[in-house]
Amino acid sequence: MSDLLKVEDLWVEGRPPGGKYTPIVKGVSFSIKPGEVLALIGESGSGKSTISLAMMGYARPGCRISKGKVLLNGEDVLALDLKGRRDIRGSKIAYVAQSAAAAFNPSMKINRQVTEAPILHGIMQENVAVEHAVELYRRLDLPDPESIGGRYPHQVSGGQLQRLMVAMALSCTPELLVLDEPTTALDVTTQIEVLKAFKDIIRRENTAAIYVTHDLAVVAQVADHIVVLYDGEMMEQGSTDEIVNRPSHEYTKILMSAIRQPPKGEGTHSDSSTATSIEEAISAAPLLQVSDVTAAYGQVTILRDIDMRVGNRETVGIIGESGCGKSTMAQVISGLLPPVSGDVSLDGNSLPGRVKGRNRDQLKRVQIVFQMADVALNPRQKIGKILGRPLKFYHDMDQARCKERVGELLELVELPRAFAQRYPGELSGGQKQRVNLARALAAEPDVILCDEVTSALDTVVAASVIKLLEDLQEKLGVSYVFISHDLSTVAAFANRIVVLYAGRVVEQGPTTSVLSPPYHPYTKLLLSSVPELRQGWLEDVMETQEARSGIAQDVKMSAVGCPFFDRCPVSIGGVCDTQAPPKRNVAQKHEIICHRQIDELLSEQEMAVGAAAR
Amino acid sequence: MTYTILHRLALGLVTMWVVSPLVFASTEILPGDVAESILGKEAPAEVVAAMRERLGLDRPAYVRYWDWLSGLLVGDLGVSLASGREITELISDRLWNTVRLAAITAVISVPLAVILGLVSAMKAGTLLDRTISIGTLCVISVPEFFMAALLVFVFAVQLRWLPAMPILRPDQSFLSSMWSLALPILTLTFAVLAHMTLMTRNAVINVLSSAYIEMALLKGVPNYRIILFHAFPNALSPIINVIALNLAYLVAGVVIVETAFSYPGLARLMVDAVATRDIPLVQACGMIFSVTYVMLNLFADILSIVSNPRLRLSQ
Repeated sequence: MSDLLKVEDLWVEGRPPGGKYTPIVKGVSFSIKPGEVLALIGESGSGKSTISLAMMGYARPGCRISKGKVLLNGEDVLALDLKGRRDIRGSKIAYVAQSAAAAFNPSMKINRQVTEAPILHGIMQENVAVEHAVELYRRLDLPDPESIGGRYPHQVSGGQLQRLMVAMALSCTPELLVLDEPTTALDVTTQIEVLKAFKDIIRRENTAAIYVTHDLAVVAQVADHIVVLYDGEMMEQGSTDEIVNRPSHEYTKILMSAIRQPPKGEGTHSDSSTATSIEEAISAAPLLQVSDVTAAYGQVTILRDIDMRVGNRETVGIIGESGCGKSTMAQVISGLLPPVSGDVSLDGNSLPGRVKGRNRDQLKRVQIVFQMADVALNPRQKIGKILGRPLKFYHDMDQARCKERVGELLELVELPRAFAQRYPGELSGGQKQRVNLARALAAEPDVILCDEVTSALDTVVAASVIKLLEDLQEKLGVSYVFISHDLSTVAAFANRIVVLYAGRVVEQGPTTSVLSPPYHPYTKLLLSSVPELRQGWLEDVMETQEARSGIAQDVKMSAVGCPFFDRCPVSIGGVCDTQAPPKRNVAQKHEIICHRQIDELLSEQEMAVGAAAR
Repeated sequence: MTYTILHRLALGLVTMWVVSPLVFASTEILPGDVAESILGKEAPAEVVAAMRERLGLDRPAYVRYWDWLSGLLVGDLGVSLASGREITELISDRLWNTVRLAAITAVISVPLAVILGLVSAMKAGTLLDRTISIGTLCVISVPEFFMAALLVFVFAVQLRWLPAMPILRPDQSFLSSMWSLALPILTLTFAVLAHMTLMTRNAVINVLSSAYIEMALLKGVPNYRIILFHAFPNALSPIINVIALNLAYLVAGVVIVETAFSYPGLARLMVDAVATRDIPLVQACGMIFSVTYVMLNLFADILSIVSNPRLRLSQ
C-alpha cells in the first residue's frame, strides 16, 4: 500500500518576540499508510506539536516552516497557497486539540461548530451535516445524541466535550487525524473511554492518525509506529513493539525509565515501620484535623461529612476524578469556602470558617499552591515583589531583610537568585510553579495545600517538582495536602491517601494499605484505569467488569445511599442506593466505606485478578 | 438571568437616587445666587433679600431638596427662576435637539468604529491597521473646539460645501436637517470614533489568541468568518460597554460642540442656566444627564449578559 502521508526533511523555525529565528524542528522525516497510527513522543519543547501542526501547513504565530515537504497523497501541502491549505484543513486532515474546553467556542452551540467544516467545504448540506453529527455522537457513546448538539459547550462535561471534539474532527471523514495530546487533561477513567473511541473510529474508517503525547503508556495502546523526538530532532523510529520492548537509543531508554509504573501496592513509598510511627504520631496529636465537614456552593452540596487528619511532616494525598470535590477540600481548609457544618482545626484549635475571620498567625500556618502556575502570579510584578509581599505581611520584614530572604527562598526552590528581577512571563511552567511554591513557603507555613500542582506540567518536570517537595519536607518539616487526579504521582509521594468520590470519603489509610487489596470498588476502578506500558492493555481493561460498568459515566452527587452505586460493579440493589454505607476498618487506620464486607471485597478482587492472569 | 437583570435594574435605581442629592448639593455650592444675578451686583441688600424670599431661596436646603425630589418623582421639574417658564417646557425642545444630534452621530459612528476595529484586528500589524489606529488617535487628540473651527474653515469657508451653522426649522425634511447638521455630526464622530475603534480592535485581537480560534483555522474557516462569527461574539462585552460610554458622552458631553456651532441643545441650555444662576434649570439638566449615563450603562450591562451564553443560561 502506498503512503498516505510522507514527510521529508521538515524544518520549522521559531523566534521569541523581537528575537531571531532559530530552528525548533530539525530535518524530521516519516511516513504513514492509511489506517496506521504514528505516535510522536517527547518532552515539552521537543517540537512534537509543531510537527503535527505543520501537517496542515500551519505554524503558530512566531513560527515558520522553513524547509521540507509534507506530501499528502503525493501532493505537497507546503507548496499550496493559503486557499489551498484551507481546503484540506478540516476536510482531509482534521485536528483534535489537548483541551476541548478551550478548543470549543463558548458562544456557539455545539452543532454549529461540529457541522461548520463539512458545510463550509461544501461536502454536505446543513441538514445532512447535522444528521451525520448525530450519528457520530451516537457512535461515540454520547448521552442524548439527538439533543446534545443544541447545547453550549459549558453545558456538557469535560469528557463529553473531548468526545464532541472527536466528532468535530470526524465530521468530514478525514483521511488523517492529528491528535495533539488529546487525553492528557483527562481523568484516567475518561482517558480510557476516549482512547477506546479513537481506536474504534480509526479501525472502522481506516483513518490514519498522528498521535502526539508524552505518555508512552498511552502510546503503547494506540500506536503502530513511534517517532521519538528530542529538541526537534528524531532520536529513534520504529514499530511500537520495537520501541516499547527493545528501545535502542539512549534517550528512549531514559524516557522509559522516567515512567512510573502504575501503583500496585507493593510498598511503593514508605516502608511500613515509618508509616506506623507516623500513624502513632497522628493519633496522638494531628496537626490539621477536618471533622465532619459539609460544604456547599449555594444550594449544591459538594462535600458531605468529611473526616480527615494530617500529621506533622506528613503528606496526605487526596484523589478522585474531577467533580469529586478535591479542590473544594482545599478551599474549605484554607477558609476560601466556609463549611456549612463541621470544623477545621489546627493543633487542636478550631479555625474560623471564613478566611477573613482568621488572624495573621492562623493564615500564615496554612498556605495554598494552585494548579495554574501562570494565573496565580501577577504578570506585571517582578518575582522579587511577588515573594516580598508575604514576607512583609506575615513577618514585617524591612526592605533589606526582605531582599535577602527572597534570595534564600529562590535558592530553596532551586532557582537562581537573579530571578527576583524577572517577570513571570519570562519563566517556564515548571519554574513558575517553583515560584508559587516559594510564595507559599515565604509565610513559613505548617501545612501547604497543593491543588493539582503538577497536573499542568509534563512528566519529567513534574517529577522534579515532586522531588523538590520531598526535599523541602525533609528540610523544613512542612506537611502537605496533595490533591491530584494522577494516582501514580500520589502513590509515589503520599504517606496516606484519602479517596474522594462525589464529595464523600470512600476509603482512606496509609498509602501501602490503600493500594493493596482489599480495595473500595472505586479505588479499584481508579487503579485499573492507570495505563500500563504494554500493548493490549486497553483491550484487557475494557474486558473487566469495572471498566464496563463504571467508566462511561460522570460523577453524580447524591444525598442518599452510596454515591458510587450506579457505577459500582458489586453494588447491592435496594441497599446501596437507599442506605448510607458503613465504615469498615480493614487494618490499623485503614477504612473502607462500603456495604460489602471486607472479605467479600477481597475474594471478589482476587477472583478478578485471577481471571486477568488467565 | 432574570434575577441578574432585576438586580442590575435595582442597582441602577439606587445609583440614580444617590446621584440626586449630589446634583442638588453641587448646585448649592455655586457662588452667588439667582436673586443677585437678576438684580445685578449693585442692588441694595434689602431688595436682594426680598427677591430671595419671593423665590423661596431663604428656606433651608433640605426643605428645598425634598420639594425638588418629590417634584422630580411626579415629572415636575419646577419653574425656571430666570424666565419664570415651566422647565419641562424649556427643556423639551432642547432635549429633542440634543437627542437628534446624538442619535444621528451614533448611527454613523458606531458601525463605522466597529467595522474599522474589525478590519484593524483582521489586518493587525499591517500598514492599514497602523493607519487606522494612528488616524483615529490623531482626530481624538485634536480638541473639539479646534476641530469644529477647522472643519468650518475647510468645508464651509473654503470649499463652501456645507453650512457653517446648523439652521433648524420645524418644517425641514430629514435630509436637509442632516445636511445642516453635517459639521457638528462630523466633529462628534471624530470625538467618539477612536475609543470604540481601538476597543473593538483590542478586544477582538485578544480573543484571536484563544485556542478555539486556532481550532477554527485548522477546520479551514476563512479569515472573515473567523473574525465575524468566532471572535466578534466573544469580544462583545467590552465593546458594548465602550459604546454605551460614548453614547452617554454624545448626550451629556457635547457642550463644546453645541457652543462652537451655536446649536440649541440641552448642554448649552445648562451652561446658560449656570451663568444666570438659574438653579432649578441646572438641576434638571444635571439629573437628565445623570439618568442618561446610568440608563445607558445599565443597558450595556444587560446586553453583555444577554450576549454571553454562560450568563444568559445561568439561573
